[in-house]
Amino acid sequence: MSHLSYEEAKKVVYRGLVLLAAVTLVEVFCSLLAKGHVIHELKYITWLHYLIGLTLIGLSLYKAYFIIYEFMHMRYEVKGLAMSVLLPTVLLIWAIIAFFQEGNSWKSRRQQIEEKNMEEVGEGPVKQESMLLPDTYILKLEETF
Amino acid sequence: MATSDTVLEQQEVQGQDAWSGGKAPFRTSYGKLMMWYFLLSDAFTFAGFLIAYGALRFSSPTWPVPDFVFSTAPFGVHHKPLIFVTIMSFLLIVSSVTMVRAVQEGEKENKNGVVFWMLMTILGGAGFLSCQAWEWTNLIATEHMSVTTNPFGTYTEGGVYLTPDGKESDETFEVGESYLIHKAHEGHGEAEHGEGGHAEMDYSQGDHPGYFVDERGFIHRKFKVTEGPDAGMVKMEEFGPKAFGALFFFITGFHGFHVFSGVIFLFIIMINAASGLYMKRRNGHEMVEKMGLYWHFVDLVWVFVFLVFYLL
Repeated sequence: MSHLSYEEAKKVVYRGLVLLAAVTLVEVFCSLLAKGHVIHELKYITWLHYLIGLTLIGLSLYKAYFIIYEFMHMRYEVKGLAMSVLLPTVLLIWAIIAFFQEGNSWKSRRQQIEEKNMEEVGEGPVKQESMLLPDTYILKLEETF
Repeated sequence: MATSDTVLEQQEVQGQDAWSGGKAPFRTSYGKLMMWYFLLSDAFTFAGFLIAYGALRFSSPTWPVPDFVFSTAPFGVHHKPLIFVTIMSFLLIVSSVTMVRAVQEGEKENKNGVVFWMLMTILGGAGFLSCQAWEWTNLIATEHMSVTTNPFGTYTEGGVYLTPDGKESDETFEVGESYLIHKAHEGHGEAEHGEGGHAEMDYSQGDHPGYFVDERGFIHRKFKVTEGPDAGMVKMEEFGPKAFGALFFFITGFHGFHVFSGVIFLFIIMINAASGLYMKRRNGHEMVEKMGLYWHFVDLVWVFVFLVFYLL
């Protein structure tokens, strides 16, 4: 399994503990910094939010890498095993892009529906002699033109 | 004839225990490889949940600010954003480390070491579950969040609150800050700002000068908008996006269920190890190793749950 001696492996484990704890603390600090808990004015800087968001994602991926490669011993497995487990997760990049795009689209649809609901309509359903269904309402002409 | 004989011979010589094919694929055992693939499929389940959270969050005009929602801890700690969940993260990290130690002792065939470190891991896992139980209790019983109701809302414009008799108070707020809608006649743990706790006030259902009480007893405070196109209008606090509560309980619940079943299996394997079962097996303490893979995975998922729910 592990190519390290027992004593070396023990040291790696406790270094890992310190490393993961430190990265977690840095993450919490960064998150609170962006939300304006440390310095209140930082709350209003939008680009800082994106920068810290990316930093947090990067640090979390680093933690994931460390757990998989050191704690789960992926480093000491053959390459084929590592690839057959790790490569399929690349599909998630597509999923993230696709579904976040979808989420954005729902948001603009929702706004569109709200705007449509605000529009005023003429009094009463249209007269029966037209080709429209009896429960059709027509937008007030002066509102639309 | 002759060739098939040789093949059979080879299988008999080399095929012992190596998937009966002569050579172990990926130079690992069947059990460990299948544990890896189970974890891969489980990772996709969690990824699906977290991506759904992201998509719904993107689709909502507002979203409750995590460091406002998760700012309470036991023993009367309030307004301390993210402290409690950081402690929960540490518990999982420490239990992950003790699990690595158990696996290392298992490689040395040190029975007592395995049992001791697995017991430490169980304690870490149980501690995490207790913390989560407290967090859920606080959200459900004190702050009245449920799968369908989310009392955490976010202001879409700046404004100033009205006093109970309908005059402007000196309590102002900005766009993007979050609020919690309280329930009448119930303690709310003084977690949030708001005047929900005055017993002498009239909280009968219906419209009041400074607030509106809905049929379930939630007090929607009224405020006057001071900026934006609606400046001067009087509005009241609305519930936040519904999906927030459902996503929170489903995703942290699903993770908590993994931790719970992990603790049960850790316990069973610890008892087996203590009985000396694995000392007799040809593959030694491999069961402890497979359990280790699962337990680290639970920690790995928490890294992303922590990122998505609490940090971003």
